[in-house]
Amino acid sequence: MVAWLIWEGTGIWGLNNPVGWGWAIVNFVFWVGIGHAGTLISAILFLFRQKWRTAINRFAEAMTIFAVICALVFPGIHVGRIWAAYWMLPLPNQMGMWPNFRSPLLWDVFAVSTYFTVSLLFWYVGLVPDLATLRDRAKGKIRYYAYGMLSLGWRGANRHWQNYERAYLLLAGLATPLVLSVHTIVSFDFAVSVIPGWHTTIFPPYFVAGAIFSGFAMVMTLAVPSRKIFGLEDFITVRHIENMNKIILVTGTMVGYAYAMEFFIAWYSGSQYESFAFVNRAFGPYAWAYWIMVSCNVITPQFFWFKKMRTNLTVAFILSIFVNIGMWFERFVITMSLHRDFLPSSWDYYRPTMFDISTFVGSFGLFFTLFLLFLKFLPAVAISEVKGVMPQADPHWEGYGHHGEHGEEAAHG
Amino acid sequence: MADKKRNWGVVAQFANPADLLHAAQKAREAGYKKFEVYSPFPVHGMDDAMGLPGSKVPWISLMGGLTGMTIGLTLQWWTGAVDYPLVIGGKPLFAWEFGLPVTFELSVLLASFGTVFGMFALNKLPKPYHPLDKVPMFKGVTDDKFFMSIEVADPMFDLHKSQAFLEEIGGTNVTVVEE
Repeated sequence: MVAWLIWEGTGIWGLNNPVGWGWAIVNFVFWVGIGHAGTLISAILFLFRQKWRTAINRFAEAMTIFAVICALVFPGIHVGRIWAAYWMLPLPNQMGMWPNFRSPLLWDVFAVSTYFTVSLLFWYVGLVPDLATLRDRAKGKIRYYAYGMLSLGWRGANRHWQNYERAYLLLAGLATPLVLSVHTIVSFDFAVSVIPGWHTTIFPPYFVAGAIFSGFAMVMTLAVPSRKIFGLEDFITVRHIENMNKIILVTGTMVGYAYAMEFFIAWYSGSQYESFAFVNRAFGPYAWAYWIMVSCNVITPQFFWFKKMRTNLTVAFILSIFVNIGMWFERFVITMSLHRDFLPSSWDYYRPTMFDISTFVGSFGLFFTLFLLFLKFLPAVAISEVKGVMPQADPHWEGYGHHGEHGEEAAHG
Repeated sequence: MADKKRNWGVVAQFANPADLLHAAQKAREAGYKKFEVYSPFPVHGMDDAMGLPGSKVPWISLMGGLTGMTIGLTLQWWTGAVDYPLVIGGKPLFAWEFGLPVTFELSVLLASFGTVFGMFALNKLPKPYHPLDKVPMFKGVTDDKFFMSIEVADPMFDLHKSQAFLEEIGGTNVTVVEE
C-alpha cells in the first residue's frame, strides 16, 4: 500500500478540495499522542520520586518509541515525493534554499525528531545496566556478544553509577518539558492556521492532556494482557493499574472540560464561522464521529471514580480500548473541521479509501511487531531499578542493623 | 607479549549493600585512593562513603544546551534573514518569537547528547575488556553480588597487606586479579 502510494502519490487517498488533510495527520497525531504516556511515566514520575513507576517505565518507554516510529511514517509518506523528504531538514543544497522556519510544520519536524531521539537515548541509558545483566546470564555466544556490545562493558562500578544517576536525572529533567512541548507544537500545526475550530489558544493544553490520556490508555491496553501472559503480576500489580486509571480519569476529565470550553468560546467569541464550526461538528454530517468521541472520551473515564472499577482488570482493559477509539476520533473530528469551510459552494464530504484504511491498519501491525520483538529480546521490567527500590537495597535497612556502626547509627537515629 | 603477567589489583566479595558501604568507608579512612566498589544497583550514600567529588555530567549538559540554543537561533536568523531572505505570509525575516520552538528543541537535543555521551565518556565506556572479567565470581555483579577492588596503581597498594585489609573489613573470596 505504501509502495503504491509512493508510486502514485497522495491522490489515492480520500482527500478532496476543502479536506486537504485526512487520515495521515489523524494517525500521526494519534500515534504521537500515545507516545506521551511513556515519557510522562519515565520522566515526570521519576522527578516526583514515584517509585511505583519502575515496574512499568521500561515498557511504557518502549511503547513511546514504537508509537513515535508509527507516527513518523505518516508525515514521511504523505509528502508525496518521498525522495525529497530530506528537504524538511536544513541541509545545504545546490538550490541555495532553506526550510521555512516560520512554519509550524517545520517546528514539528524538529519537535518530533528531537522527541524521538531523546526518548531513544533515555530508554537506552536505562537499558544499559540491564543489558549487562543479560550479558552475564547469556547462554549462547551470539547472545553474549550481542548483549555485551549493547551494554558497552557496564560493570556496576560506583564511579560509573554516580555519573549514570546524575545523567539519568538530567535526562528526566530534559524530557519533562519535551512531553509538554511536543504535543504543544503538534497543536500549533492546527492552531497557527486561520481555520475556524482550529485557531484557538486552548489547543496546546488540550492536546497535551489528550495525549497523556490516550497514552495511558494504550499502556493499559498493553499492560493488562502482557502481565498475564508473561506472569509479571508481582511486578505490575493492581496498584499500578489503579494509579494509571486515576491518571486516565484526571486527564479524561480535562479533555471533557476542553470540549465544553471550545463550545463556550465559540459562542462567546461571537464569530459566526467559529460557532458554525462547532455546531456543525456536533450536528453536521460528522455528528456520528463527534458523539463517538464524546461518549468514549468523556463518559468512559468517569467509571474510574469507583475503586471497584479502577481495580478490575477486565473493566480497565475494555475501557482503555474505548479511550483509544475515542482519542482517534477526536483527531478525526478536529481534522474534519475542514469539510465545511468559509465558502458553502466548496463544501464536501471526506471518505477514506482502502489505501487510507490499510495504511492505518498497517501502522498497528508495525507497532505490535516492534513491541513483541521488544518483549522477546529486552527486559520488559527495569531490572536494576526494581532492585534499587527494594527495601534490602537500602544500606540502612533494619535487617542489616547488626552490621557495623554505620548501620547501628541509622537504627538508633 | 610479555611473559610475566602483571597484577591489576585485588577484589573481594561483600554480603550486602550495608557491608559494602561500610567497607568503602574503611578503605577511604585507611587512605586508599584507587579502590572501587561494584554493585547491581546504585547504593545510596556510597558517593559520600567513598569521598567522591560531584559528577561533572551537568556541566557537559549545560554546554550542550547552550550550543543547541546558539545553533538554533543562528541557523534560523542566518538562513531566513541573511542567506535567502524571502517574505512569506508577510512575516518578518527573523524574530525570536517564531524561532522559539526550534531553538528550544535544539537546546534540549544537544543537552541530551551532552548528558548521555558525556556520561559514557566520563565513565570511559564502551570498554569491552576489563581485568575483572577474568574473575568468574564477578559475573554476579549484575545480578545480586557486591564487590570491592583495590588497584595496584594505588600508592598504598601492597599485595599482602591489601589482601589482608580486604578480609579484615569483611570481604570474602579475596582474589588477585591479573591484568
